[in-house]
Amino acid sequence: MTQQATSTNKNPGAATGFDPRIVVFACNWCSYAGADTAGVSRIQHQPHFRMIRVMCSGRIQPAFVLRAFEKGADGVLVSGCHFGDCHYIFGNERAVEQFEKTRNVVKILGIEEERIRLEWISAAEGTRFAEVINEFTDQVRALGPSPFAREDAIEEIEAPEGGPCLTGEHGPSDADADAGGN
Amino acid sequence: MQQLAKDTNAWACYDCGKCTATCPIARAGSDYSPRRHVLATNLGQEEIAREPSLFACLTCGLCDVRCPAEVAYTPLVQKLREKAFDASIQPECPHGGALQSVMRMMASGGAQQDRLGWLDDDLKTEPKEGAVFLWTGCTMYYDAFFPEFGLATVAGTRAAVKVLNSLGVTPVVSAEERCCGHDLLWNGDRASFEALAKHNVELVKNSGAEVVVTPCAECARTWRMDYEPYLDGAKIRVQHLTEYLVERSADLRLKNGSTAKVTFQDPCRLSRHLGVVDAPREVLDQVPGVELNEMSRSGTRGACCAGGTWSNCDRFAKQIQVGRLREAKATGADVLVTACPKCQVHLACAMKDSKIGNEISIEMRDVAEVVASALE
Repeated sequence: MTQQATSTNKNPGAATGFDPRIVVFACNWCSYAGADTAGVSRIQHQPHFRMIRVMCSGRIQPAFVLRAFEKGADGVLVSGCHFGDCHYIFGNERAVEQFEKTRNVVKILGIEEERIRLEWISAAEGTRFAEVINEFTDQVRALGPSPFAREDAIEEIEAPEGGPCLTGEHGPSDADADAGGN
Repeated sequence: MQQLAKDTNAWACYDCGKCTATCPIARAGSDYSPRRHVLATNLGQEEIAREPSLFACLTCGLCDVRCPAEVAYTPLVQKLREKAFDASIQPECPHGGALQSVMRMMASGGAQQDRLGWLDDDLKTEPKEGAVFLWTGCTMYYDAFFPEFGLATVAGTRAAVKVLNSLGVTPVVSAEERCCGHDLLWNGDRASFEALAKHNVELVKNSGAEVVVTPCAECARTWRMDYEPYLDGAKIRVQHLTEYLVERSADLRLKNGSTAKVTFQDPCRLSRHLGVVDAPREVLDQVPGVELNEMSRSGTRGACCAGGTWSNCDRFAKQIQVGRLREAKATGADVLVTACPKCQVHLACAMKDSKIGNEISIEMRDVAEVVASALE
């Protein structure tokens, strides 16, 4: 299953019949801009995620991730700036603390640890962003639907039709507008 | 609304205002007024159930105890919250609602929890069937959520097993146990509570247990008072660990423990909701070398930890906690003993205060830990 879904595969979901619903939390200054870079560079990657931009990865407390699972997400990716690059100096260190808590709670709840991931992606790393997304999507696809997956969650975060798309086509366009103001 | 007023005896209110005068959050300076809610209920003002302020109530039950007309305000607020919840008004949950998410996930079923990581090899437990069911509560989750407090609330749970083992009891400790639903019920989410209650009652019924023993005051309250309709006539006795220990006190073999001067924080669920005041004191009295110094307010008059249902946390709550810890320190005790893990969590949070933290810090232990440390 995992082998089929490589980054070069245009529509791996079709092979397995299961497209995971993934929530990606990205910080405004690095990871979201990294996604933007992936978009403007036209780097292909799997489209089964929805991005939520926060000002800093340090903001992502266990509640956010747990809420995503409660609402039926199959996987949650938390991403922020590399150490030393944080716009708020030490926000990503807080993110690590919060993520550790989340990991422990998720484990007790019986959700596989592989459904959550913490990654550092800088604004320049468009390729890295695409790689992480592809890897993580495959990883979650291999696990199958989350034990808390809900039928109605599909409607809430439905993947756009027509196979993989470029991230640059939606979402990040507002990032351009916002970034212009800074 | 009329029925609600009758059920909770709100009709009997003669507007004396004692409830608001005793309310810990009103005393701390909030404009919260139980009296106003009772009055609105009597006047049939449905809009009272649209007030987010309903979730400010600690549900500690102090006003219930003081009310001269025996109005059951705490049950009233529970029902009003259910109405509010149905109208999509929810508490501004502290911790971002993380704990509510966990509880709702448990209510929805889903995954096999990995909640028994704390069980040591030297603790004897049964996975499925037995005469005594130890209802562990959610201490393992609290420890995972609040590592910064340096607490080990799960130590109380472990100690409970140890104490039961010493009495020759091999309790059922099940990985299938789910949250008792206490907090969701008090947040107004009855549907999720029902799902949890049904699962849990079924689990205990299938174990063949005659008695459910729990070291958690909230679980004890919920099992004894709120699970009634789901028991379906099943004869299951519910006891807080301290009550069970009092019953079996003749078999308890204790030597001189390590703790000396202690004071006891009455969990509101135990003292006021269930009326269990003496049992924890009798248990502490039985431990040789333990000297109990009561706080100026104790028993049914004791202040609560101000965070009972994960639905409220504000400066008033902090003030209540600091006040309580000052009382505890004033007794000269070295250890604050509680019988509910949530008291520990919330009082530990108050101790994190950077300005007065040192002044109010005191070691906390569960009553089960005190007994376990004195076992022969």
